[in-house]
Amino acid sequence: MTLVYVEYQDGALTEASQSALSVASMFGGPIHAMALGSADAEVLKPYGVEKVLHVADDRLNTYAPGAAGKAVHQVISSQSAETVVAASTASANEILSRAAALGDWGFASACTELSVDGDVVNLTRAIWGGSLFQEAQLTGSPKLITVDPNAFAPQQATAPGAAEVEAVSVALDDADFVDQLKAVEKGEQQGIPLASAKVVIGGGRGMGSEEAFSILEELAGLLNGAVGGSRVATNNGWRSHSDQIGQTGTQIGPDVYIACGISGAIQHMVGCKNSKNIIAINKDAEAPIFQRASHGVLGDLHEILPALIEEVKKVKGV
Amino acid sequence: MDILVCIKRVPDTGGRVNLTSDNRQIDTSNMEFTISPHEECAVEEAIRITEEQGGEVTVLALGPEGTTEQLRESIAKGATQAILLQSDDDNWDAHATAHAIINAVKDKKFDLILMGNEAADLGQYQVGPRVATMLGVPCATGVKALQFQDGNAIAKRQDGNNWAVFELPLPAVVTVKEGINKPRHPSLRGIMAAKRAPLEQIAMDAPAPKMVHKGLKLPQESGDQVTMLGEGAAAVPKIMETLKELGVL
Repeated sequence: MTLVYVEYQDGALTEASQSALSVASMFGGPIHAMALGSADAEVLKPYGVEKVLHVADDRLNTYAPGAAGKAVHQVISSQSAETVVAASTASANEILSRAAALGDWGFASACTELSVDGDVVNLTRAIWGGSLFQEAQLTGSPKLITVDPNAFAPQQATAPGAAEVEAVSVALDDADFVDQLKAVEKGEQQGIPLASAKVVIGGGRGMGSEEAFSILEELAGLLNGAVGGSRVATNNGWRSHSDQIGQTGTQIGPDVYIACGISGAIQHMVGCKNSKNIIAINKDAEAPIFQRASHGVLGDLHEILPALIEEVKKVKGV
Repeated sequence: MDILVCIKRVPDTGGRVNLTSDNRQIDTSNMEFTISPHEECAVEEAIRITEEQGGEVTVLALGPEGTTEQLRESIAKGATQAILLQSDDDNWDAHATAHAIINAVKDKKFDLILMGNEAADLGQYQVGPRVATMLGVPCATGVKALQFQDGNAIAKRQDGNNWAVFELPLPAVVTVKEGINKPRHPSLRGIMAAKRAPLEQIAMDAPAPKMVHKGLKLPQESGDQVTMLGEGAAAVPKIMETLKELGVL
């Protein structure tokens, strides 16, 4: 039996979980789904889910990775699941890590390719922020796997399943909820969020100073964009870390990313690889960013950007 | 407060990576090494906590002999002592790594174990929660703000625009993300002292992973060529044209 650990957001099955459901059929045998808290079983039918194991413990409605991990461990054991699949999200990776530790099981996270070969699963994982791939083999039973939702498009099964709901009870103590979510503090969003901005202006080592970023702010203001920086810029204290574009910062996906004085280190490029267009401005013709950009300008950003801003102002009539 | 920090030595990859001839690893022959970024912040956080509250910082790493460089760097910044679990093997999955850490520290007492949310290279997201579970202590992951109150760790992680708050009794495991602090540079005095600091080295047996490493694969190059718009301020008309074409102007 393959058990898919599914997640819902505001009552709806997440798209990432739909990706996880789509790969379950490759392992053969019946597909069961498991959800914590209340779950809509109807939406699981098209994915060939035969049974929906509903863990009936209302305390799990609030995020509690320790208790959830213990519940998942118990369900995997009691239902004799051979393979466990989930989407590679922060919560699923955390919960499955805890279940894996309790069972002393193998767990491969962030898989982008999977194939079954007898008792082993051959897999590819996204590593180094997705700039490189690891090929590995998962052995033993059960096997825990999370899949990169970007690598597997949601796909419905050839035959729908009954998605019959079955309540399963798990034994959880109050002590298992020791690291449960305590509170949510509302943050304040200022300006256009980097992650969803349609235009992003980024600055790197070539900016040279914190003050130099005011020129990027001006251009971003004119183009309704957001300003970000490379890890060099945030490590130097020129920008706050929340503005970092990169593997250890924010992933952006704008229509246009204007990268100024950024050499194009892998750490940065994995954060902007979903940009539809990248205009790179750099004075070093050998900078790796010119290998990854759609458009390039060779030269000093401190000369180019003021001249560009003047022209943009003319067009905007400001 | 006595704190254990687990770190990993990773290559500083720069703009381009090549693989070794057997495709098993990154060719690091022209690369420097560094502490994986989230873990560099874990070291800084531990030093700041002990500067405020007293106590010792023990830094632990699993890796080849060269990892002493990252351990000494941590001591130079202010860590008290370091342990190297020495192994040249490249087959340490999260399961085997968590067991190695548990074995190494099972007779030691820590109030707090800090790690990175995920290592820069393999990014398994598992070692912290696994170690916490095996020790039977609470855990919070992806933490970007950490404080202490009445013997509890108040750990916050970013959830979109909001902060998810966890309150953990100690001892606990906390995995942090870059941005929780800005790591310091070691002082010259620290660097000199760290050179002579004793390191505890434990030779590891071959790991018994459940996920067996087979090799690495480079992504396919898109093959798209960059369109050069010109040089210097003379390129501005072309940039304007491009911005109009792309619909942002």
